[in-house]
Amino acid sequence: MLLKIALKNLLGARLRTFLNVLVTAFSFYLILFTSAMYDGMLQHAKQVTMDTEIAGGAYWHPEYDPLDPMTFEEAHSVPPSAIQALIDENKAFPVLVSQASIYPGGRIMPTIMKGIPPNQRIVNMPTDALLGHEDIAIPVLIGKGMASESKLEVGDAFTIRWLDTDLTYDADEGTVVHIMDTENFKLDMGHIWIPLNKVQSMLAMEGEATYVTYGKGVQPVQDKGDWIPRDINYLVQDMEAIIEADKPGAQILYLILLAMAAMGIFNAQVLSIFRRGREIGTLMAIGMTRPRVVGLFTLEGGLNAVLSAAVTLIVFGPILWYFGAYGIPLPIDYSEMGLIIAKRLIPVYTIGLVVSTTILVSIIVLIVSYIPSRRIAKMKPTDALRGKVMA
Amino acid sequence: MEKDTVIRIKGLLKQFPIGGQFFTALKNVDLDLNEGEFTGLVGPSGSGKTTLLNIIGGLDSPTEGQVSVLGQALNDTSHAERARLRRKHMGFIFQSYNLLPVYTVFENVELPLILNKVDKNERRSMVAQAVESVGLRDKMDSRPNMLSGGECQRTAIARAIVHQPALVLADEPTANLDAENSHHIMKILSNLNKELSTSFIFATHDEKIMAYLRRIIHLGDGEITKDEIIDNPKAHD
Repeated sequence: MLLKIALKNLLGARLRTFLNVLVTAFSFYLILFTSAMYDGMLQHAKQVTMDTEIAGGAYWHPEYDPLDPMTFEEAHSVPPSAIQALIDENKAFPVLVSQASIYPGGRIMPTIMKGIPPNQRIVNMPTDALLGHEDIAIPVLIGKGMASESKLEVGDAFTIRWLDTDLTYDADEGTVVHIMDTENFKLDMGHIWIPLNKVQSMLAMEGEATYVTYGKGVQPVQDKGDWIPRDINYLVQDMEAIIEADKPGAQILYLILLAMAAMGIFNAQVLSIFRRGREIGTLMAIGMTRPRVVGLFTLEGGLNAVLSAAVTLIVFGPILWYFGAYGIPLPIDYSEMGLIIAKRLIPVYTIGLVVSTTILVSIIVLIVSYIPSRRIAKMKPTDALRGKVMA
Repeated sequence: MEKDTVIRIKGLLKQFPIGGQFFTALKNVDLDLNEGEFTGLVGPSGSGKTTLLNIIGGLDSPTEGQVSVLGQALNDTSHAERARLRRKHMGFIFQSYNLLPVYTVFENVELPLILNKVDKNERRSMVAQAVESVGLRDKMDSRPNMLSGGECQRTAIARAIVHQPALVLADEPTANLDAENSHHIMKILSNLNKELSTSFIFATHDEKIMAYLRRIIHLGDGEITKDEIIDNPKAHD
């Protein structure tokens, strides 16, 4: 019976229902979109890192610690034979890492010099830009952030100074052959990329590497010597730690959005219910009990939530789908700020997000329908009939 | 209680707290009303008509005294029991109609039957009968905002009588209507009173209504000042 009356009220109220449903649906949309955007941003950062840097995992020289450049001097050797076999089969590629200094425009800049095979296809880096520069002493690939920092452009030459295996300083002229546009600042800021054989020759470390990155799906090798296997889980742990550390922030953002949505819904519902004080009085006069009045209005709120979910799907669904498919272009390149943020933000709608948001918004709608109708139903019917406004 | 006594009130006192003091709306009210009566509570504004009507309808509670309606002592009943009494055995007609704006005439009249869980087919025929009796058959699908004041009040009457209550309480039912509509409404109510044996109580100070009443209870300053039986009211001419 209540459902029948609630449906009649909801469908009969046309504009009022339309506005309530629209406010709720918009709140649904806003929460879903913003949270999905945030999730998408974090997932994108992880994906970019895997795509451009980690691939399937790596074997590290036992001395190698990427966070401590002082270890680079010792972190090099010829890879163990099983790992070398992966390199030979093009299932992996070696990288030789060293500290260096560059002198763009006469200024000294400490950098990390990395030798990489130009023909590698395992990570998404434009290393083939390093090919075909036999006339150049040291062809160098840098990122946009580094180029901006050092004020270098393609074709610019600058001095590179490094410490070779005999602990002797050496220097030569490097030339920028390509500036890559990467979203992974870790490949960009403070890095110069040089063909592997050139770096091996510069450092007098023929055939040596600091780490070897292997492709996705490559099985672990048994005879890895003292090199340390680093799988994806290990290599993304920093990223996951950042995401984990950011969770409270994400939850606060979610709660703020939810609170804003709740306020919007609350205003719309309270206004709607309090305007119906006389109607509530009439219902009580013709014999509806107080609990039923409260039940009726709460049920109307519940139906409002169901309608809102449907409207969100129908009206805002295409918008959510469009952004999910094509993303939103960002006007600023955040990689220069040391952030892995996509140039197009693509929201990620997880089932958990959609279900939890639907449940939470529905609960809010029910609560904000229940509270004012309970207060009105507690009024004396004579006051409600007069349309007396409650304080 | 006698079989045909619909309302019995003894020593009724009703006070409202106002600014730390009490305003006495009704005092020393004793009243018996029998089945089928067509009675008016008459008096100036503030004389206590509406308050008495509300107490009889169980919408308000007495401060002191005994009020018994349709054999049920309202002093001892819960909100839910009073709601049930109204739902089953009473109809209300308000000065400002109090129709639900989003419902059609049919739906407004149908509402008490839905609350009483009347079967759908039976509902349809009862609503049709009630709407027919107030002459609104061609307005069944209209919403209140498409109706005149008189039509709205006729819809409210149909809603009040659709479940064939024993008692109809009408608070200034013609106050918002012109003379022609007022007479039309009172004729309808008078006919229904005769056909259904339903007791009607009006709170009014409208002279046009008084001409139709068979019993007039005069109220002044919250007390019954006069209780007169009209032998030959206009409506029964």
